Amino acid sequence: VTLAQLLYLGVVLFCIGLYGVLTRRNFMGILLSVEVMANAVNVVSISFSRFTQNLLGQVFAVFVMALTVAEVVVGLALVILLYRTMRHTDIDEASHLRH
Amino acid sequence: MGNFMLELLATAAVAGVILAAAVSVVIGRNLVHSVLMLGVLLFCTAVLFILLEAPFLAGIQVMLYAGGVVTLMLFAIMLTRRSGGVAVSNETLPRRRVPALLLSFGLGALVCWSIHETTDFPVSAEVSRGTKQLGYILFTDQALSLEVLGVLLLAATIGAIVLARRRDYGESAQSRAYPYGVPVSEDRSS
Repeated sequence: VTLAQLLYLGVVLFCIGLYGVLTRRNFMGILLSVEVMANAVNVVSISFSRFTQNLLGQVFAVFVMALTVAEVVVGLALVILLYRTMRHTDIDEASHLRH
Repeated sequence: MGNFMLELLATAAVAGVILAAAVSVVIGRNLVHSVLMLGVLLFCTAVLFILLEAPFLAGIQVMLYAGGVVTLMLFAIMLTRRSGGVAVSNETLPRRRVPALLLSFGLGALVCWSIHETTDFPVSAEVSRGTKQLGYILFTDQALSLEVLGVLLLAATIGAIVLARRRDYGESAQSRAYPYGVPVSEDRSS
């Protein structure tokens, strides 16, 4: 396996996640897609760590994981709060703050 | 060379499963299926991490994501979904599909082109130093970042608790008497 092949994998994974973030209507769906994107970033940084013999890539991946978990925790709290206020988690209906 | 071919085959198989699971997460109608597919994706990424000689991160991935985050998300879905209409409300927006597809495909093509044009990739195939060295780096060079990360996680936890609490336990006697809201069946006219 070469580094370029793994980078292609990371890019494709990131773009799939981006497509999900842009098209999903449900807040939970957007959170799932963000998870896919963060996973792609981890794949890329660990690939670089493997091929440059530099462990900073793995350190970076550890930090990305912790940040993602923090984001998921707050995001899920927001989902529950949104559902409690509006009885659904549709992100397009919840755009009152824009007006 | 046989070893190299074997590694390539294993990585290709794992990558195929990862990509299929990612597509299924993104375009699936049923939210529960999407979360379960996310679990498959995260688990297969852990396998990929093992192939990339990062066993510690593979362990974290399985414990934290495949164990923790997926369970948490399933709980959140079951707390927030109505019995009907989940598939409908989770559907992707048709009018956004084409621009989103163009944007993500364009970005992907751009980055893939730049990867294609790059020629001087490092090709080291030696086994990287292990988990011990990773722990050493985390607790010496990156110790400050690690502490800041701990504070961030604590703040996120407290924030989540505050946000998801059922009601603001305010100063009024009513909210202290009925922290979960005034019962509906109570006869208020008397």
